[in-house]
Amino acid sequence: MPPTLADTATTIQSILQGWLNSESLAMFLAAVIHVALVAGFFGLPAGIFIWAERKISGRIQDRLGPTRVGGKFGWLQAIADGGKLIQKEDLVPEAADGPLFRVAPYVVVVSSLAAFMFLPFSDGWIAISLDIGLYLMLAVMSLEVIGVILAGYASGSKWALFGGMREAAQMVSYEIPMSICVVIPIITAGSLNLNEIGGLQSGHLGNWIIFHDPFSFLAFFVYFVCATASCKRAPFDLAEAESELVAGFLTEYSGFRWSFFFLAEYASMFAVCGIAVLLFLGGWHTGIPGLDGILDGPRYGSDAYVWTWLANALGFGVFFGKASLLVCVQIWVRWTLPRLRIDQVMMTCLKYLVPISCVLFLGAVIWPLALSFSGKTTIWGTPTGERAAPTMRLDSIPGPADQSPTASTSNGETGP
Amino acid sequence: MSDQALFWIFAILAGGGAIGVVILQDIVRMAFSLIISLGSTAGLFFLLDADFVAATQLLVYVGGTLVLLIFGVMLTASGPFRRIQMSSGETFVGAAVGLLFFSVIAFTVIDVEWETLDRSHRPVAEATNDETGNTSRAIGLRLVGIPADTEVGIHKDRGEKTGYLLPFEIVSIHLLVVLVGAAYLARAKRQETSEAAGGDA
Repeated sequence: MPPTLADTATTIQSILQGWLNSESLAMFLAAVIHVALVAGFFGLPAGIFIWAERKISGRIQDRLGPTRVGGKFGWLQAIADGGKLIQKEDLVPEAADGPLFRVAPYVVVVSSLAAFMFLPFSDGWIAISLDIGLYLMLAVMSLEVIGVILAGYASGSKWALFGGMREAAQMVSYEIPMSICVVIPIITAGSLNLNEIGGLQSGHLGNWIIFHDPFSFLAFFVYFVCATASCKRAPFDLAEAESELVAGFLTEYSGFRWSFFFLAEYASMFAVCGIAVLLFLGGWHTGIPGLDGILDGPRYGSDAYVWTWLANALGFGVFFGKASLLVCVQIWVRWTLPRLRIDQVMMTCLKYLVPISCVLFLGAVIWPLALSFSGKTTIWGTPTGERAAPTMRLDSIPGPADQSPTASTSNGETGP
Repeated sequence: MSDQALFWIFAILAGGGAIGVVILQDIVRMAFSLIISLGSTAGLFFLLDADFVAATQLLVYVGGTLVLLIFGVMLTASGPFRRIQMSSGETFVGAAVGLLFFSVIAFTVIDVEWETLDRSHRPVAEATNDETGNTSRAIGLRLVGIPADTEVGIHKDRGEKTGYLLPFEIVSIHLLVVLVGAAYLARAKRQETSEAAGGDA
């Protein structure tokens, strides 16, 4: 059994504690470093994708997109946008509910930022590694809708209220198929820990959970549709709906508060795509048969810190590339498909996606049973989930003092 | 030390949010105050290393229930219901009930001799490794009847066989029945208006 994160990882806090000899100061400094790193990972993709969205949409619509700012590709456009937005006046309409209107963007940004705490960018490159990382991440990301509803209500405008109500209906509905689709890779991997789920998919392309069985293959696409909807992206951007609702819940916002909503939108696009990559698309593994094996050596086994770090840095690049590719698909879809009507959005979810995801869930549960009749554990050679086999889990539980862990588990089955 | 500071921050936010729910008069501000209170309670659970309970608190109460609550409030909040003005009689009754409940809790807290409390007992669901706050595995095993620790088993004699899965399933089926029933009662009755009215009466 390769060493797990807890065995090998040196936390920033423990390093600092060695230098400083003060527990609370070390904890505080470690927290500051973590927050700075997470904020960087939160802001960087958002900036890149705002620029990418402009370029890609330009190309799709047969124009150039930004070209003037920052050289050939207009790569400084996102920063120029930010500079412009800071200068704008921070308006609060007279009819608005002042405090709620001001606080709503922060609710959205903070919940989107907090989700990045639980996202592993490479093996062990995660701010907080928890056994329920995925669960907590989805919980935190579901708080984003509160900010949008508050913004819609507090604006004191009919357009904004309509946008907020649509958003609430849409989010509450799409959370159901999304959660069910997320459960399918969890069944395959046997873990809620995102770091573990990513680590399982090492080896070759067949070990990616998306290729584990036909149900998880389909679940990826259902998840991706729901994730697109949960980011309020077109064709599900009913909350904004420029052509009918002016700008939906954003109508009354200006300046930096307005840009907070967009920062959160692009960041959560990256977050949901990151979840998709970790759950279905092999995480930080390249999927090339030989290469993953070579990289896993220093990543999980080596004592040399530099090689581990380099392997992880490469893994970070792979993860970022995969997630960015998915974000680009979201951008591509946005500029290709027309917006659905609200009843079509609800029908897509409740009449199609929920039943489909339920069927996929049942199929994924029955799949191991069906395979066992053919005498195999997977349809591929190497079984996915070897590293997190349930037997290892039971061994790691400290048993009662008077009996060994294996005895206590067998007791439950054979007892009178 | 930093735990203490965080505890006070979350405790003050939780208490302040709860007071805000009572004092504020705009109904959506009340709801937001409730979000602060429940979210801080989740923070307190995190401080106690009960990460699963904390995450569930966020997902179910803050993320789920409150969204529906605000949604309902926004749809119904109009005219006289948007601002809640209580009469003095209501204030008195509410204050009396609150005070009584507070005194019950206060007496319970004071009654416990915290200094002499035996701290050797392990919690029901303890973290399974050195990392703090990984309780979900222990909770899951306990659910299907595998004790992660037997010292504080609720039924020590038969604790190794009884899980909480069956009660959990019964409760969840009940909740599902309630949901379906609520959806049935609240659905738009288009064609059988007279029949439904007769049935309701």
